[in-house]
Amino acid sequence: MKISFLEGSRAIAQTVANIKPEVVSAYPITPQTHIVEDLARFKAEGKADYEYLLAESEAAAASIVLGASAAGARVYTATSSQGLLLMLEVLYNASGLRLPLVMTVANRAVGAPINIWNDHSDAMAMRDAGWVMLFAENHQEAVDLHVIAYRLAESTNLPVAVNVDGFILTHSHENVIVPDNKTIKKFLPDYRPAAGTFLDPQNPSTIGGFFTPEHFWLERQRLDTDLKKSLPLISNLYKQWKKILRTPTPSKINFDNGLVEYCGPSHPETLIIAMGSMAGTIKETIRDNKNVGLLKIRSFRPFPDLRKFTSTCKRIAVIEKAMSSGASGPLFAEVGSSLSNYKGVISDNIVGLGGRDVSLQTIKHIIKSSGKAGVKFW
Amino acid sequence: MNTSHNNLTPGHNACAGCGQLSAAQSVMRALDNDTILVSATGCLEVTTTAHPQSAWRLPWMHSLFENSAAVGSGIKAALKNKKKNTKVVIQAGDGATYDIGIGFLSGLFERGDDVVYICYDTEAYSNTGIQASGSTPAGAKTTTTPGGANEIKKDMLAIALAHGVKYVAQSTAAFPDDITAKVKKALQVEGPAYIQILSPCIPGWKIQTNEAIKAARLAVATASYPLLEYTNGRLNNSSIKDSFRAQKVEDYLQLQGRFSHLSRKQIANIQSQADKNIKIYKL
Ligand SMILES: Cc1ncc(C[n+]2csc(CCOP(=O)(O)OP(=O)(O)O)c2C)c(N)n1
Repeated sequence: MKISFLEGSRAIAQTVANIKPEVVSAYPITPQTHIVEDLARFKAEGKADYEYLLAESEAAAASIVLGASAAGARVYTATSSQGLLLMLEVLYNASGLRLPLVMTVANRAVGAPINIWNDHSDAMAMRDAGWVMLFAENHQEAVDLHVIAYRLAESTNLPVAVNVDGFILTHSHENVIVPDNKTIKKFLPDYRPAAGTFLDPQNPSTIGGFFTPEHFWLERQRLDTDLKKSLPLISNLYKQWKKILRTPTPSKINFDNGLVEYCGPSHPETLIIAMGSMAGTIKETIRDNKNVGLLKIRSFRPFPDLRKFTSTCKRIAVIEKAMSSGASGPLFAEVGSSLSNYKGVISDNIVGLGGRDVSLQTIKHIIKSSGKAGVKFW
Repeated sequence: MNTSHNNLTPGHNACAGCGQLSAAQSVMRALDNDTILVSATGCLEVTTTAHPQSAWRLPWMHSLFENSAAVGSGIKAALKNKKKNTKVVIQAGDGATYDIGIGFLSGLFERGDDVVYICYDTEAYSNTGIQASGSTPAGAKTTTTPGGANEIKKDMLAIALAHGVKYVAQSTAAFPDDITAKVKKALQVEGPAYIQILSPCIPGWKIQTNEAIKAARLAVATASYPLLEYTNGRLNNSSIKDSFRAQKVEDYLQLQGRFSHLSRKQIANIQSQADKNIKIYKL
């Protein structure tokens, strides 16, 4: 398949169009706009068969695709920042109703102060909503994760958010392979929800009824169990897909199970843990470093087991683009709770808030200071 | 009247004598099996779907309090893409319609999606304990207007008409055949249709369990809540005059505990509003 030099948003929009959703609805917000403008244009040019509904808010866009999904359609929406927060009530609803929505989040800071640039504050606001949350490092990964997201969502009835760093991925150009519909079909069958699970006059069902305490907790427990159970599935789907769409990897990857990727020496002294596009910057920084490795988290929800990567390292430096104000970064909290027996030094490094540049220099400083525990802002 | 359908079955746990459930029965009689229902959070949803039970024989869904218009749009879009003509009927309370969901409803009207939107107007947030909504009429006592509401009832019919909605109608729970006929007409219209049904709430209006229909009839008879119908923006004569016998609003107000505190002057004000209705609608 051919390599194209594309804007990230274009690559995502083209991939989504090739996945052939039946209903698309969105509301514009920077930096998500290019994706939904492309999808509207494909439709206007007669290149796509989906219904494209203009929504009057993100809460409406999410509700429209939620309704369409409940009626058995494959759906798509995208948002960022303030828009994601306006959707939040619907996002909890989608997972609670077990509707397989797929959404791109072009990650952006959340105001005030108002700011349009990238960080992960928006994604972290939906951390507990019961969605699968995947993070892309580059354009190719963004493309791949969208295809995987649909297969995952539609086979588990879990909604999936694909996070792509705003501007850094959405507005930059890179070489990327966009799979055509024929290739996607080898991996992603048409969506045919099981009888009785969607709104169907042939098979009437009641969706979204009123749950008393004796039933409610069981439903939420099931959601948690199913999210955790999807870990091996995400891993398998990733491997399956990468066999279908082989793409060149820009740097040497030592381990990749789809959920996490490891880059670096086999026994690093310092292990960096990070998500999203800054993984590229970190890889570049540590390329010739014999002591430092990078563990990139691709699946933040469900959160994978990290223990086998941390058994020998002396220091762990979490680098993340969000802050749970008054405590620590959310990724740090996650790493800490999943490595409760870890004896080394763990530090939390908050970077890139509101688009603040994360340079090679920043990463070098973080590595140098990784012997000191605690939360640090860079 | 076609009574062969039983789309909303007995066994729900609404209050005895509930006006909304009664109105909903009349709506259901207009629907065939090829219909999908959406409900907003509120009394109708809570009293009919206590999991694992459901009173609905049609495919039915509830998402949130404010978003049922958008959910309905999404369902209709999915059906359109699948080339199915299944009808979509949205049911919401006045709180969901007049207040928290008005933006979603406006979006639906603007998109022109082919769905029927029914507002069961109890003139308060019944489900959460009778707090005031944008539909609560002036003077009515609610738990958040203990001294009586100050605000004028919002004119939702005018708002729907201003969006160019081709079928806009109003009825009350006391006129089952009128409701059923209007829903059937609404289903014929291409694009959105809006029907608002006054649905007396036993605890909210402080009336006896056998008085919901009486109250809903008096609302019409006193020109407080006339039976109205607009097609393509024009007021029809059809359903207005039939059941109208000019009675004083006092007969309507006296029945209800929520108005028991009104002064002579307040009652006169309400009467003058009814008189205006008689003029405007040529009752
Ligand atoms: C966002 C949100 N705010 C508030 C509520 C609480 N709530 C649930 S139902 C309801 C009132 C419903 O009133 P109405 O729409 O008039 O319907 P009714 O119960 O009177 O039939 C409220 C305030 C909610 N569920 N969601």
